[in-house]
Amino acid sequence: MYLVLVGGGNVGIQLAKRMLAKGHELILMERDPKRAQRIATVIGEDSVFLGDGCEIATQKAVGFARADVVVAVTGDDEDNLVVCQMAKQLWDVKRILARVNDPSHETIFRHIGVDLTVSATGIIEQLLEQQIADDELIPIGALSRGQIEVVEVRLSQRSPATGKQVRELTLPPQTNIVWIIRDGQGMIVDGSTVLQDEDMLVAVVPSERAEELRLLLKA
Amino acid sequence: MNIIVFGCGRTGAALALHLSPEHKVTVIEQNPEALRRLGERHGCKVVVGSGIDEEVLMRAGIDQCDTFFAVTRGDNTNLMAAQVAQINFKVPKICVRVADPHRAEAYRKLGLFCITPSALMAGMMADWFHDTPYKPIDEYNHLPDYLELK
Repeated sequence: MYLVLVGGGNVGIQLAKRMLAKGHELILMERDPKRAQRIATVIGEDSVFLGDGCEIATQKAVGFARADVVVAVTGDDEDNLVVCQMAKQLWDVKRILARVNDPSHETIFRHIGVDLTVSATGIIEQLLEQQIADDELIPIGALSRGQIEVVEVRLSQRSPATGKQVRELTLPPQTNIVWIIRDGQGMIVDGSTVLQDEDMLVAVVPSERAEELRLLLKA
Repeated sequence: MNIIVFGCGRTGAALALHLSPEHKVTVIEQNPEALRRLGERHGCKVVVGSGIDEEVLMRAGIDQCDTFFAVTRGDNTNLMAAQVAQINFKVPKICVRVADPHRAEAYRKLGLFCITPSALMAGMMADWFHDTPYKPIDEYNHLPDYLELK
């Protein structure tokens, strides 16, 4: 496979290293001479091309026309967009991938026909949201060298546990809901406690059982 | 008409000042310092930020915009802003400054109206020299034959 990467930042260099190690033919384009020189010492002179990946002359020189994949990974969305668009429209490259820094730009990349966009910002944002989502276990502490976890879960309306008495839940072995915070007040839990929407549960669970507990509470 | 000018360099500032007496002109510029080119008494609305940022475009009133000019120094910035305006906000009339004649030609094929200042100036100077009447703006954009694309 012949890959053209545009942008010799950290993403470009690491990607180039890995793809070269897998035996692919690859050119990494970098327009800054000093940086290009430095990259050459890492991935070899033959795999670096000094030039602006947005210019038709350099695109021709590295052979966009025979590239199987063009990957645009500069730090600037506008440069990545133009590289992708020219690769597609002018050189008919089959597969085009782009790094997108501002997640709100992903729609425009899709619209111009980029096959796949990757936004680190977007991914981290999603992960963060998952961390604080309803019905997800949030680890708040570990006991016994991590074998036992103390977790927090905020129940939503949609959780299958909402509206049930604690004794109706089939909790995993050695697992206990020890505390509920409801309307800012902490309360001790017993078998007859009815779980409500927006309850914050604190539970103790063996780490290998955490997934079972998550599934029990998750909508 | 509602007009947005993205880029307050010499071109953008002059354009905004040309149009502002008769139209509602909003200038988008990343560098607040550059806005001094508009002078002290101008009738433009000013938004500081980048014209590829949808939130900035919204503040500039892109949803009511009739004509969008992308005239920063960056070809790619202009091309991206123009396409965000065209695709995401359906702005009816868009004009993009693209310094690289090849890139401009490629985007003309995609239906964007791109002006290449160097081609325009060279063509007009040649016409001036030959005493030929000036032509419509589009005609100056055509690449001389020796500048082949592929």
